[in-house]
Amino acid sequence: MTLTKAELSDLLFDKVGLNKREAKDMVESFFDEIRNALSRGEDVKLSGFGNFQLRDKPQRPGRNPKTGEEIPITARRVVTFHASQKLKSAVDDLSHANTTTES
Amino acid sequence: MTKSELIESLTARYPQLGARDADFAVKVILDEMAACLSRGQRIEIRGFGSFALNYRPPRVGRNPKSGDKVMVPEKYVPHFKAGKELRERVDQSGDVPA
Repeated sequence: MTLTKAELSDLLFDKVGLNKREAKDMVESFFDEIRNALSRGEDVKLSGFGNFQLRDKPQRPGRNPKTGEEIPITARRVVTFHASQKLKSAVDDLSHANTTTES
Repeated sequence: MTKSELIESLTARYPQLGARDADFAVKVILDEMAACLSRGQRIEIRGFGSFALNYRPPRVGRNPKSGDKVMVPEKYVPHFKAGKELRERVDQSGDVPA
């Protein structure tokens, strides 16, 4: 079972009392706002969950794994996610519960 | 952007709902995402990215202060992979001064 936008909007319908349309829009906007902030070059900090940070990577040498041909990997900006301490320890409890990530 | 700024933006988008619903909605979404990961479930948001767990096997580590060997037990760590749209938009934002 994978969590998707559909399950999240069902939850907003059930718990927050938004109608189906509002719930769907709200979930869409939630991720849209985060995406917009990151696209503006802003880091996003969601306390209790984690931080999305932007990192500028310089160009580095790489190669085509198929042909072995050397091609530079261009400089780029990427998003990294750092889970909060709270999320990390919640997730870590999985290993103690002896369950697997198979879904 | 912080969580409270995110709530403000959502409130501005949906003035008919009010700050209270936006605040509650953000809490419900984040709590559910955390709960799913804690159960070992994946999260997949089209155009944004996916969250999954990475397994770290048990290993022998060292106490950096004393140099003593310590067993570090196996664990799971959350991992985010940006989706295509987010990846491309963020990369383009690097081309112009932020």
